[in-house]
Amino acid sequence: MTGETSTESARTRIDRDAEGFLVDPSQWDRGLAEEIARECGIEELTPGHWQVIEFMRSRYLETGAAPSIRTLGKQSGVPVKELYRLFPKGPAKLAAKIGGIPKPRGCI
Amino acid sequence: MIELAQARGELEGAREPVQKVSIVVSKGSLEGIYPGLIMANGARMEGIEADLFFTFFGLDAIRKDRQRRITVATVGNPGLHLPTLLGALPGMSWLATRMMARQMEKLDIPPIGEFIELIHDSGGGIYACQATVEMFGLTEEDFVPQLDGILTVGEFYERSAGAQIIFT
Repeated sequence: MTGETSTESARTRIDRDAEGFLVDPSQWDRGLAEEIARECGIEELTPGHWQVIEFMRSRYLETGAAPSIRTLGKQSGVPVKELYRLFPKGPAKLAAKIGGIPKPRGCI
Repeated sequence: MIELAQARGELEGAREPVQKVSIVVSKGSLEGIYPGLIMANGARMEGIEADLFFTFFGLDAIRKDRQRRITVATVGNPGLHLPTLLGALPGMSWLATRMMARQMEKLDIPPIGEFIELIHDSGGGIYACQATVEMFGLTEEDFVPQLDGILTVGEFYERSAGAQIIFT
């Protein structure tokens, strides 16, 4: 994907950055999460996916930063092996994108 | 025209994302081991396949008896900006290691044992170099349970087919 993109939904126009991350986390809802997940090759969001997505999102909204993969594995309630089974292309990055928060910037 | 097309093809090839990395860790100091671990974990976080191949003193990172005793080199390490004679004082390496460990914990970088476990659970391969294992008289029993195998150099290259090989 190149340039700014936007997803036209029934409600509002959603602004997303060049990589598809939401610019404004408040524009997010569960229906949009399902749309983004499908774009990322995840056909259906299971309860396991939701647990990770909601943890990422709430941690970001509380602290202003997305948690590291280490924190995700220790505190989300989903162990690391399972995280990679749910999100093979990178749990932290994908859960952030689907959860409507900016791309995590940390190295860990 | 053909040349132009070739040049364009090469450019496009160069832009292709990295799919797989094989990272060789050859040093046994803290600063010799961490960069490889961070790169392997970072690769997995991007959905890139990653293998770690430990050789020579890099093996300490996956040896049961040594993994917890890895320290910063305070002698022969100009980056520390510490006079060599001071760096040689007893306890100096321990002190520098403790300071660095505290800093890393703040950044959520795990200790080496936990880091190896994290990479292993992420689907990264953990391999030991057979030549070094033989040279040091070690067996599989000497390594942490995350070890996926002991490989010859040939087997390492075979596993690395299609990968970028990074030597640290």
